[in-house]
Amino acid sequence: MIQFEQVSRSFTVGDQQVAALRDINLSIAAGDYVSIMGPSGSGKSTLLNLIGLLDRPSSGIYKLDGGNVTDLDDKQQARVRSEKIGFVFQSFHLVPRLTARMNIELPLILAGIPPAERKIRVTELLENYGLNDRADHRPDQLSGGQRQRVAIARATSMHPAVLLADEPTGNLDQTTGKEVINLLEQLVEQKVALIMVTHDPAIGGRAKRQLHMVDGQIVSETGLTA
Amino acid sequence: MKLLDVVQFASGSLRGSRSRTLLMILAMSIGVASVVVLTALGEGARRYVVNQFSSLGTNLIIVFPGRTETAGIGPGMLLGQIPRELSLDDAQALLRSPAIRRIAPLTIGTSQISQNALNREVVVLGSTAEMLKVRHMSMGLGQFLPAGDVHSSESVCVLGSKIRRELFGDDSGIGSWVRLGDRRFRVIGVLANQGESMGFNTDEIVIIPVASAHLLFNTSGLFRILVEAKSRDTIEPAKRDAEQILTERHHGERDVTVITQDAVLATFDRILRALTLAVGGIAAISLAVAGVLIMNVMLIAVSQRVKEIGLLKALGAPAAQIRKLFFAEAVLLSGIGSVAGLILGQAGVLVIAKLYPALPVSAPWWAVLAAIATSLGTGILFSVWPARRAALLDPVTALAGR
Repeated sequence: MIQFEQVSRSFTVGDQQVAALRDINLSIAAGDYVSIMGPSGSGKSTLLNLIGLLDRPSSGIYKLDGGNVTDLDDKQQARVRSEKIGFVFQSFHLVPRLTARMNIELPLILAGIPPAERKIRVTELLENYGLNDRADHRPDQLSGGQRQRVAIARATSMHPAVLLADEPTGNLDQTTGKEVINLLEQLVEQKVALIMVTHDPAIGGRAKRQLHMVDGQIVSETGLTA
Repeated sequence: MKLLDVVQFASGSLRGSRSRTLLMILAMSIGVASVVVLTALGEGARRYVVNQFSSLGTNLIIVFPGRTETAGIGPGMLLGQIPRELSLDDAQALLRSPAIRRIAPLTIGTSQISQNALNREVVVLGSTAEMLKVRHMSMGLGQFLPAGDVHSSESVCVLGSKIRRELFGDDSGIGSWVRLGDRRFRVIGVLANQGESMGFNTDEIVIIPVASAHLLFNTSGLFRILVEAKSRDTIEPAKRDAEQILTERHHGERDVTVITQDAVLATFDRILRALTLAVGGIAAISLAVAGVLIMNVMLIAVSQRVKEIGLLKALGAPAAQIRKLFFAEAVLLSGIGSVAGLILGQAGVLVIAKLYPALPVSAPWWAVLAAIATSLGTGILFSVWPARRAALLDPVTALAGR
């Protein structure tokens, strides 16, 4: 489903070209559970941003669901993000002035889904993620675990095919981190491709495919079943 | 994204930073309110002057002796001549014109008026029965000067209401005798209380027949001839006729000045309209200032909400949509600001109307429209840049909060 062919990404720092990713070849299927690990600066987040269409490769080809998405314009990119990709961030990225319910509703609003249907979907998500009694609380009235659950509910509200998680447990304690990982793993069972960047080998080790990155390259792939 | 959702989202983010929003609305509304109040004042002044003029009479033409030359000094001036005076017969001759409905000759002077032990200085007008209609005066008590031969110097007088009060107190005074200078006049009427008009207080005058005034002041000339044309359309023909008749009577010499009330009124109207526009324009500058303020605050809002913008992009909002959201905020701000400003302005106008009841203040509709259009316009114009800036943010750096 996700296909990277010779993808590179370099940044200009001062008058120097710094390569963040070099010639990445990668293929991820629907329902894959992939963790990306490696030291900081190894290009993990850059890879994730490229997959999420938040960034463009400097060279190479990115195919998503068979279609080439390398050179889409801003509007088409946004549409792909809206329909196929969900994001979960380390720092949750909830809109502080909106309630949990409204945060979850946001992607649906942006996609122009009618209010009646939005209401049904959001209510279902609140139920699924055990946030019913927190629906009308703003993020600053929620615990870290609850915030990340709101974020996951938001990421899945458009039924994406790919869920990108950048250090989803980085701001959480062990127990709530476990809970969040469990929620994400449940999504894999529903054929969502989960791609997770993490420092924590205990969490990364749970993935079926584990990519190790150094200096902008995937140096090894280990897997539970591979 | 649906329009209603855009509006809801934008108003949500405005509510999110309440004090900032209130301050911007305040700035906008002060701008709109000052346009409304200042143009209302200017327009009020204009209407006040127009009303004053029409209270003098309608379709009025004023004839006075002498002619102001704009081309050098007339030979008469060098010889120390004064202009030929207008006589009562000149005035009567004007009635030959078919365009003229009625005329009222006017002689003016001051005299001592006394009744028993009371006396004071008064302005004395000598005129005819027509004066009442030409000048739109109305009677309080009794009757005005009798119609009839303009040359008959009857010893009757009509008092201004204040003069009557001072001389007779609670008594009506009708039928009593008063002394003007060295002559005695019988009071036949009292003018209704009219107050001041064009700096001339009809409550403090005494009106006597024009022939009596000539005797009293020992002259034969007229100060003015007030001419009323038959209609608005005949003002110009009446003016031409008046000039022609008087020129003929003065042996071919054009030595009178004829002005129409319309011309004077039009001049005042133009001046005061320009004034209204000028103060309105100055007030509009404050609107532009408010616009710059909105731009400034929106720019701050963009940099404060970088993460949110990044998030919206990650959630699938294209640049155009981000632009629309910030745009909607600016439009809402200036919209609410102009409505608040209109209310504030109207309140101000009401207060002024209470303080100065004589001034017919009310904001002209075009000023209200212009104020709203300017405030919306500046709001939209000055939000283009911030909205663009937000839309062009790179999602990766925006999410990182940089």
